[in-house]
Amino acid sequence: MEKFQKLHGIAAPMPLVNIDTDMIIPKVFLKTIKRSGLGVNLFDEMRYDRQGNEIPDFVLNKPQYRDAEILVAGDNFGCGSSREHAPWAIADFGIKCVISTSFADIFFNNCFKNGILPIILPQEQVDILMADAEKGANARMTVDLESQEVTTSDGEVIPFEVDAFKKHCLLNGLDDIGLTMEKQGAIESFEAKAAAQRPWV
Amino acid sequence: MTAPKTLYDKIWDAHVAHEADDGTCLLYIDRHLVHEVTSPQAFEGLRMAGRQVHAPDKTIAVPDHNVPTTLDRAKGIENEESRIQVEALDKNAKDFGIHYYPVDDVRQGIVHIVGPEQGWTLPGMTVVCGDSHTATHGAFGALAHGIGTSEVEHVLATQTLIQKKSKNMKVEITGKLKPGVTAKDITLAVIGKTGTAGGTGYVIEYCGEAIRDLSMEGRMTVCNMAIEGGARAGLIAPDETTFEYVKGRPHAPKAGQWEQALEYWKTLYTDEGAHFDKVITLKGEEIEPVVTWGTSPEDVLPISATVPSPEDFTGGKVEAAKRAIEYMGLTPGQKLTDIEIDTVFIGSCTNGRIEDLRAVADVVKGKKVKDGLRAMIVPGSGLVRAQAEEEGLAEIFKEAGFEWRLAGCSMCLAMNPDQLSEEERCASTSNRNFEGRQGYKGRTHLVSPAMAAAAALTGRLTDVRDLM
Ligand code: SF4
Repeated sequence: MEKFQKLHGIAAPMPLVNIDTDMIIPKVFLKTIKRSGLGVNLFDEMRYDRQGNEIPDFVLNKPQYRDAEILVAGDNFGCGSSREHAPWAIADFGIKCVISTSFADIFFNNCFKNGILPIILPQEQVDILMADAEKGANARMTVDLESQEVTTSDGEVIPFEVDAFKKHCLLNGLDDIGLTMEKQGAIESFEAKAAAQRPWV
Repeated sequence: MTAPKTLYDKIWDAHVAHEADDGTCLLYIDRHLVHEVTSPQAFEGLRMAGRQVHAPDKTIAVPDHNVPTTLDRAKGIENEESRIQVEALDKNAKDFGIHYYPVDDVRQGIVHIVGPEQGWTLPGMTVVCGDSHTATHGAFGALAHGIGTSEVEHVLATQTLIQKKSKNMKVEITGKLKPGVTAKDITLAVIGKTGTAGGTGYVIEYCGEAIRDLSMEGRMTVCNMAIEGGARAGLIAPDETTFEYVKGRPHAPKAGQWEQALEYWKTLYTDEGAHFDKVITLKGEEIEPVVTWGTSPEDVLPISATVPSPEDFTGGKVEAAKRAIEYMGLTPGQKLTDIEIDTVFIGSCTNGRIEDLRAVADVVKGKKVKDGLRAMIVPGSGLVRAQAEEEGLAEIFKEAGFEWRLAGCSMCLAMNPDQLSEEERCASTSNRNFEGRQGYKGRTHLVSPAMAAAAALTGRLTDVRDLM
């Protein structure tokens, strides 16, 4: 997994509440064999009309937000199914951080498994960041995971909380697999013991 | 002396490779089954990280969800996305050197039927698959459950799963079943009693005389649907029936190790006095042949009953029942035996084994499928199909007017060409009656193979005992 340390980038505002996983990536894209490549279909039904043309009003279609790396979103982001295609699509688009007042539980955890930092902040602070994001491409935000701070384009600093273990994993680019592999010794000694006790397995 | 343990406790304890301070464990996985739908991203993840499959010997793949079951399937899969998923599995199996049963192999079939059939699933093992019906393998006294795609990748890379232990639940079925009542009726009756969330957070152990009396096929049917009750897994302690089934299978322990394995397997039972967090008991004699009327597996009623009305329920279920009755096109008070059906589907990992087909043959022998009704039988594996042909069952089916298909998931889910059309009503031996499960706006009634056979003859939901 890619490390997440410090991000200085464009933030796109999506004030809509209850953005669910079906909106993030509709069901028709689940027959894919890849987790990459879903970025073009991120927010598919909001982003394109039925003929596949871009809807110019949609935030990520606007020239100033096409390279957004941060999403500032309304409450209860990522609710709905457990499909991991949702964070896959977000990451594939290039978004590495989502900020909201709350997230659906499974989506929240799936983000960390895919190198995305979800940040939960109180309403007033999300409002400040939303207003900052509205300013467009010149207003870059900074998200510093190490110091646990978001800095607006005006230099206002907003601290945030993050689970210590999850922070450690993101900072060092450790996914679950990477971490488990650190316990390779334990796995191998288990295998040796099991092979002696249950050789038929 | 150590505290008495449940069967689940014993299997769990034997597989903990590492335990963190907060109780999070690395559970070692003995068998990893793989199919084409939930695995491509996991293999892609391995490639991207330059990782190998940790234990290719313990990893078994077979395509099942997307494969057509028509006799001409050798000509290839028409739907492009389905074909790509199957081809991806072909390639991944080859590149990573895992055991593989491709579409044209006689041993191909539904992953949960192939595993036990080939002797990959053995008592006391941990078994996972990126598929919720992995619970099936619990019939052998194996701890078996479904996992997500990230977890599939985790198991491929490390042969372990990050887990916290579940609670223990006992489901006891006492006494004997009445004639015409089968394993499917047991498992549906249990869900009818506990609800679809009744097992959430638990591993269920099924026990009692009625369970002991079941064949391995029947036990697999019971455990298969543990997931529909919300449980993480279902288990049945291994016994002579289990050992008899396993013996001689291609990947079962061979002479020399067999005795050693048997000795260990005989220790796999719940100790006297072991603690269960929840206990449910059903009397075997009281279980009737059942059907589902709604769009959740918990919507179960005896075939002698009538369609309920939303007012019979409380809370959120009132709305749900209303929606289900409308979706299913039923009228409250209508007799279940008056419900006419268009299609009969016999197959799936719940009821696609040889014993299921024998039960169907018993009912339909020398009779005819109702005129105009679509009736298909899809064996769970190529070997089940071959055996049914050898036993003369296939002839009985064809003479009665059933389509006799090749192995796969088929109409259990709408991912291959076998689908219901809008408002088409099906008596199905599969496991899920969700909206759209068998096709957009399709209507599913879950039943046992014998009940499905009876429905095929009469063209409506029927008490199989009336035909016996
Ligand atoms: S038969 Fe149905 S339930 Fe079983 S594995 Fe196939 S799709 Fe899933």
